[in-house]
Amino acid sequence: MNAPINIAGLLKKTKDVFNFHGGVHLPEHKAQSNQLPIGQLPLPDQLVLPLRQHIGNMPKVKVAVGDHVLKGQLIAEAEGSVSAAIHAPTSGTIAAIADAVLPHPSGLPDRCITITPDGNDTWIERHPQDWRKGDVNTLVNSLRLSGIVGLGGAAFPTQIKLRSNRSPIHTLVINAAECEPYITCDDMLMRERYDQVVHGIEVAQRLLGAKNIMIGIEDNKPEAVKAMQAAVENTDIQVKVVPTVYPSGDARRLVYLVLGKEVPQNKRSTEFGVQVFNVATVLALYRYFEFGEPAISRIVSMTGNVNQAQNFEVLFGTPLRHLVKAAGGAKADTSHYIMGGPMMGFNLPSEDVPITKAANCIIAASSTLFEPPPPAMPCIRCSRCADACPVSLQPQELYWFAKSDNFEKAQDYNLFDCIECGACSYVCPSDIPLVQYYRYAKSEVIALDKAQEAADLARERNEFRLARIEREKQERTAKHAARAQGAKAAKVAGNSDSKPAATDKQAAIAAAIARAKAQKETDSAAPKNTTEMSAATKAEIAETDSRRVAAGLTEEKSPAADNDKQAKIVAAIARAKAQKEDVSKVSVSGDDKTTKPVVDADRQAKIDAAIKQAKVAKAEAGKEKTSGNNDGQLMVDADKQAKIDAAIKRAKAAKSAALTAKNKEDN
Amino acid sequence: MNRSPYITNAPSVSSIMLKVLLALLPGIFVYAWLYGGGILITLVLATATALATEAIMLKLRRRPVQPFLSDYSAVITAWLLALAIPPLAPWWLIVVGVAFAIIIAKQLYGGLGYNPFNPAMVGYAVLLISFPVIMTKWPAALSFAETKLSFMDQFNYIFSHALPANISMDAVTSATPLDYLKTQLKLNQSMDTIQVAPIFGVFGAKGSEFVALAYLAGGAFLWQQRIITWHLPTAFLGAIAAMAGLFWMIDPSQFANPVFHLFSGASIFAAFFILTDPISGPTTPKGKLYFAAGAGVITYLVRVYGGYPDGVAFAVIFMNICVPLIDMYTQPRVFGHKK
Ligand code: SF4
Ligand code: SF4
Repeated sequence: MNAPINIAGLLKKTKDVFNFHGGVHLPEHKAQSNQLPIGQLPLPDQLVLPLRQHIGNMPKVKVAVGDHVLKGQLIAEAEGSVSAAIHAPTSGTIAAIADAVLPHPSGLPDRCITITPDGNDTWIERHPQDWRKGDVNTLVNSLRLSGIVGLGGAAFPTQIKLRSNRSPIHTLVINAAECEPYITCDDMLMRERYDQVVHGIEVAQRLLGAKNIMIGIEDNKPEAVKAMQAAVENTDIQVKVVPTVYPSGDARRLVYLVLGKEVPQNKRSTEFGVQVFNVATVLALYRYFEFGEPAISRIVSMTGNVNQAQNFEVLFGTPLRHLVKAAGGAKADTSHYIMGGPMMGFNLPSEDVPITKAANCIIAASSTLFEPPPPAMPCIRCSRCADACPVSLQPQELYWFAKSDNFEKAQDYNLFDCIECGACSYVCPSDIPLVQYYRYAKSEVIALDKAQEAADLARERNEFRLARIEREKQERTAKHAARAQGAKAAKVAGNSDSKPAATDKQAAIAAAIARAKAQKETDSAAPKNTTEMSAATKAEIAETDSRRVAAGLTEEKSPAADNDKQAKIVAAIARAKAQKEDVSKVSVSGDDKTTKPVVDADRQAKIDAAIKQAKVAKAEAGKEKTSGNNDGQLMVDADKQAKIDAAIKRAKAAKSAALTAKNKEDN
Repeated sequence: MNRSPYITNAPSVSSIMLKVLLALLPGIFVYAWLYGGGILITLVLATATALATEAIMLKLRRRPVQPFLSDYSAVITAWLLALAIPPLAPWWLIVVGVAFAIIIAKQLYGGLGYNPFNPAMVGYAVLLISFPVIMTKWPAALSFAETKLSFMDQFNYIFSHALPANISMDAVTSATPLDYLKTQLKLNQSMDTIQVAPIFGVFGAKGSEFVALAYLAGGAFLWQQRIITWHLPTAFLGAIAAMAGLFWMIDPSQFANPVFHLFSGASIFAAFFILTDPISGPTTPKGKLYFAAGAGVITYLVRVYGGYPDGVAFAVIFMNICVPLIDMYTQPRVFGHKK
């Protein structure tokens, strides 16, 4: 009931930090990887660079297989407003541009550029820029070519956070809390490269025009604190030592810790003048301007079940296997690898995945290091989870609603404010995988919303169609009437008393024309809007559906999938398939339309992701088709049939998995 | 793929429940010392009944038996009920009470985690309503009574309702102070004359006030172990003290003082062991305050105006009904939401 926190936290209030509610104290395991200095890796035999290592659009490939590239050469350029460029991390030859397995929770393969290094590590000509004096706009715009993304793990393109059309920033918070266990990459960065960090902060300060700069470091990193405190002397940067309470490194929590300000829900901190950057990100900014070096490497903690845990400077695209070897190899009982920390990280599909911009830490896992959770017991409403929740949610209520598929209630209880930090699961005596229930509920809500939107759209369209038919009928009748009347009028005019009849006729014709015109207008305008809207919508539907399919595939514990859901999934797949064509069509036409207002960046990104994922889903369905036993009955829409079958199979698997999970829990 | 968090650090449900049992031990010890070993017989009977009925019900409901038996929640229910009924009650009373608590109040609602009412209190209320005479007959604390019953005497009495030839039931039992107070006040006696009766101790009932102190120690242990928070006991005892204080100040000749109320009946026991049942209680901090304060007020009112000497069971059951409402209206402000 008392989360294992507050008392220590309350005492620290004197240290001019503001403690947020909840949070947990975690065993740190940091000493394991911060004993050795940051190591360098030998060049691997191959570098595999996923095109999408960031949030946003896939960048456009600028090289072809067989090309020779130099270190730092742009090989894919940012596309659309939210995107990041990719550079060759070393000199060599482009060996392939193809799909490969990615370090991503979905476990889906995606497009990658493979480089075979030539061993010379020859730099391309670099262009340092004067970040102290240069024009801010030019500097910020040039960042589009830097490939720099948030290195704290979110991988959001940094240029966007610096653009001038944002609200004015007065406070810059540097996130160096590094609150997850095991991870020490920022710690080591500050210990060894404090001077560059300070320059990096100065770069960000200059570009943002911020006056008030603070760097938040958890008090479990005394060396880093000391190094930074010495380094910021004679600057106006403040080092804020924050208590070691997970998740202090969450941006909103950190802003509260150092400023005492709660970022309102659905708002960004920038709206009240606060911008947050990860410490490694600002260092990358500095290196880009000072030396003209784009983002080609990062520091990664390789720790856990390896023989010699250490931080390494790793070129993007380096296969994990190479990194593990550098850390003395994995111990014999290593079962898999986790990317990120043990609280919010995810399982990597294999040792072959490349290190990407988002990879701050790789943990070799074993069943002794991370014991598989015991079967879940029922919730005993002990409210430990509520005491631990940094967002002040009621996880036990959310769990209840998610479990009973009462999504509306779950949203009433602010499901979408959950940051999936895992603090609730961490303290739950019943070992309930709470966060997985929230992930499931969120994806379900999104799916239902989209389905609803699509249904509304369909209904709307149908109404349009009926209205048009009705209108055309009316028009025809009106025309007939007008003609008949015209004839009559002519006849009458041929007689004597023409005037009133003529007016009558003219009025009728005018009215008909006006009506027709008006209707034509709506006819031509409205459906266009609908199609435009539907492009995005459909894309999102496709995205959600494929995500759900992926979830069904991978989440054995997914509490989803009763018959109802199975039906839903099948329907969703069918729908996604049916709409896929539209999506690509419309997205193409959308690109053509130069006048089209710039689509909200996020949305654009989503659409892109959706299209990609829909493709992946299709590919997958294709795979299942060949392995499945229904090759014979490929009919009109073979692809669709295969998909539905695959979906049913998956849904069935998910259902049985859910049942097992449920049984386990009931035990 | 996303299975995080990969680490947990929580005491298991069993270890939480075990600590609650542990926290009851000082109280049980003092109880046995003052009233004789008969309570141990009742505790053993209650435990056996609880485990047996729980196992049977789990089997009938096709639930795994072992994990749910080893969560000790049934044992807690058994012990709480055993400690709440008079120590010399016949054997079948505790068996009926515990069986009712486990079968009806717990398992039929879905078992651990699903019972809306505190099972021990449901069992207690049923017994109180069905067997009011037995349920209100408390033996005087042995150490202070003139007639003493040996452990074997108690054993025989519990199982065969037989007392040694030279001892009558009236010699060993007496009204509880709460009961006595109520009847005497009805006879228009004033507090001054009532409170000199031998059944009154230093601040509560003679004897049982020490048991209450031992429960208090157990409660402090639970708080220190973070099994319970301060909210429930504080609000409950605070409400009783406030109500008693108010009435007492208005007319000290008609109403007992707050300290007496805190150390009589089941006040302390309920504050730390009954209200703190997490399953049937509220989860929000504010909700806990309302819940416990409400229970305290009702307890006091039943004591003073109701037909039964103590009102904890009815107060708790009534407040259990209100839990969903309380939880709904006491949601804490979510981070980043309007103040
Ligand atoms: S979900 Fe877990 S931590 Fe939360 S109240 Fe239930 S049992 Fe306790
Ligand atoms: S995962 Fe969500 S509900 Fe759980 S503690 Fe974190 S924010 Fe709260």
